[in-house]
Amino acid sequence: MSEAIARHIDPSQMKVSDEVAIQITQMNKWYGTFHVLRDINMTVNRGERIVICGPSGSGKSTLIRCINRLEEHQQGQIIVDGTELTSDLKNIDKVRSEVGMVFQHFNLFPHLTILENLTLAPIWVRKTPKKEAEEVAMHYLRKVKIPEQAGKYPGQLSGGQQQRVAIARSLCMKPRIMLFDEPTSALDPEMIKEVLDTMIELAEEGMTMLCVTHEMGFAQAVANRVIFMDQGQIVEQNAPKEFFNNPQSDRTKLFLSQILGH
Amino acid sequence: MNTSNSTFVRTEMLPQKAPPITEAGAVKWMRENLFSSPLNVLLTVLGVGAVAYLVLHIAPWLSRSVWNAASLTECRQIIEARYGEGATGACWAVIRERWPQYLFGFYPQHLYWRPVLAFVLLCVAVAPVLFDKLPRKMLWFSLIYPAVGFWLLWGGSVWVPVAALAGFAIGYVAAQVVKPLAGTILATIAAVVTPVLWWLFLAGPAADAVHSVLPIALESVRSREFGGFILAFTIGFTGIAFSLPLGVMLALGRQSDMFIVNKLSVGFIEFIRGVPLITLLFTASLLLNYFLPPGTDFDIILRVIIMVVLFAAAYIAEVIRGGLAALPRGQYEAADALGLDYWKAQRLIIMPQALKISIPGIVSTFIGLFKDTTLVVFVGLLDPLKGITDAVRASTDWKGIYWEPYIFVGTIFFIFCFGMSRYSMYLESKLKTDHR
Ligand SMILES: Nc1ncnc2c1ncn2[C@@H]1O[C@H](COP(=O)(O)OP(=O)(O)OP(=O)(O)O)[C@@H](O)[C@H]1O
Ligand SMILES: [Mg+2]
Repeated sequence: MSEAIARHIDPSQMKVSDEVAIQITQMNKWYGTFHVLRDINMTVNRGERIVICGPSGSGKSTLIRCINRLEEHQQGQIIVDGTELTSDLKNIDKVRSEVGMVFQHFNLFPHLTILENLTLAPIWVRKTPKKEAEEVAMHYLRKVKIPEQAGKYPGQLSGGQQQRVAIARSLCMKPRIMLFDEPTSALDPEMIKEVLDTMIELAEEGMTMLCVTHEMGFAQAVANRVIFMDQGQIVEQNAPKEFFNNPQSDRTKLFLSQILGH
Repeated sequence: MNTSNSTFVRTEMLPQKAPPITEAGAVKWMRENLFSSPLNVLLTVLGVGAVAYLVLHIAPWLSRSVWNAASLTECRQIIEARYGEGATGACWAVIRERWPQYLFGFYPQHLYWRPVLAFVLLCVAVAPVLFDKLPRKMLWFSLIYPAVGFWLLWGGSVWVPVAALAGFAIGYVAAQVVKPLAGTILATIAAVVTPVLWWLFLAGPAADAVHSVLPIALESVRSREFGGFILAFTIGFTGIAFSLPLGVMLALGRQSDMFIVNKLSVGFIEFIRGVPLITLLFTASLLLNYFLPPGTDFDIILRVIIMVVLFAAAYIAEVIRGGLAALPRGQYEAADALGLDYWKAQRLIIMPQALKISIPGIVSTFIGLFKDTTLVVFVGLLDPLKGITDAVRASTDWKGIYWEPYIFVGTIFFIFCFGMSRYSMYLESKLKTDHR
């Protein structure tokens, strides 16, 4: 896995401000009677890059989806960029326009070209003039290294290219925080690298990132903190070096042995 | 190349070759498609036999067509004179003589130009909707066309359709005024309620008032004078134009989390789908007047159109619901995550895809609607198939004629329905972007 990472950036050199980007306190969530997230407390500072891992079904996706209110929490508080997430639609829209999200299955809009995928939200949500939105879109397409695909439809692109388009699409909204939910787990190995490279570049630019992933190489390379979840709770969190070399809880040890073991 | 041991490294890449030429041409095609198995042979023989039987029976009748005659008796005489005692043949003379009635019913003859112009303008209005290569500005004409078409067909004061159009402007203004004051939901309600109030209570008096100052009018034609294909087209095209948006709204209502909206939509859809169209048409002709303010003389064609629209909309809603269900959740989530609100997400992301999936079903519903317009004969309107044909056969000249009118009417329906079906296939292939 770690071979996929070409560069190694020193997390300690990258600045993390003490400004709080996301603050979650005593958050609980249920699906029906099933208690998915239990007493989640978590603070993310601006510029931090956090990797969330844990066994399947532990609530990782649910947690990051609560941050842009794709899922609703029932108890506790989530404050994103100073805006508390309540059922107030204005706040939700505000948070969503600040927070970009990249999904496991890309979720590009298949009926629109790549360029239209990228310009849609800037034009309709941000009210950017079309021409300007297209310039911005091309800028980000160049950044994810596929400007030549602008006129194609998502169905004509490889998985790795689609995921890079999805990242570019989020970036076009100039988000201050990016959420990634297993962005590489639907990809073939040779495509994983191109997506991770894009994400590393983002990290280098100081983007606040929350990333659910099992790419431990990526975690070691860019994260300043790794959060381990199990059964809906945060079991352990630590700097990557500590987390991997010196895990504290038995669950973490078991998980790491399974994931890195062979 | 090294072939002596089991390791293998390709040193030169193989060039592309043309596929092998096997047997080609008609013989191969027939063997593969017509005679590939005993069952296939049997089916081929039976199929060819059935077609031959039909052709042998119909062709002579068709070949002995008569186009010039004043009555059925004359037709028969001509055929017998030409082809001998007892010969039968098609008597198209009836169509030649009565086609104006098939097209216009009892619409006043000196006003035929109005439905013709309305039809030509209809083509202009529909063209930019069907073909997106045409200038988008033409859509403005498409939007006001219903009022133009109405005025041309029924005549009367020009201010009636203008007042009707004004309802939409009033709804828009109401929404814009309410939105900053009371939010989106109330604005939506205002956008629906104010125009309805306007149409029910104010539009009539307003039109009268303006008309007394500035009378511009066409000679008016009563609905009972409509008949034949202008009746079928008027009901059919209006039904199609209004049932699609209503169907979309119902489908969204059925998906909505809002309890009342959801239950109302479900109740409406299930009720309409559970009742035969004829029941609705009878309701339209008998009952609807009771629900309206006393004194409103509510036009029979308008009542029928409303029922046809409601009927088709319920089916379209279900077809679109199928399209919505086929969309992955990820599409909604991606739209949400990008900050698109409900209506923008629906309009830009969800509906374009759901409608695309639903095209075959929607067009089937439209075709059904168009053919069902012949059912208006049951509420006393002269549909082309039975209404006009019965009127034609009631005359002494054409008493006893049977096949020819039905074949003629059937052919015209077929042309339009086949056209719709072809257009839907064109649209499907044009919108195909998934490249699977
Ligand atoms: N919509 C839902 N309704 C009911 N239960 C759900 C729903 N979505 C998720 N769950 C349950 O909640 C738990 C947490 O799900 P979640 O998707 O957050 O896990 P995850 O940690 O992301 O797992 P994975 O690594 O497999 O993606 C799982 O047990 C799942 O079955
Ligand atoms: Mg998950």
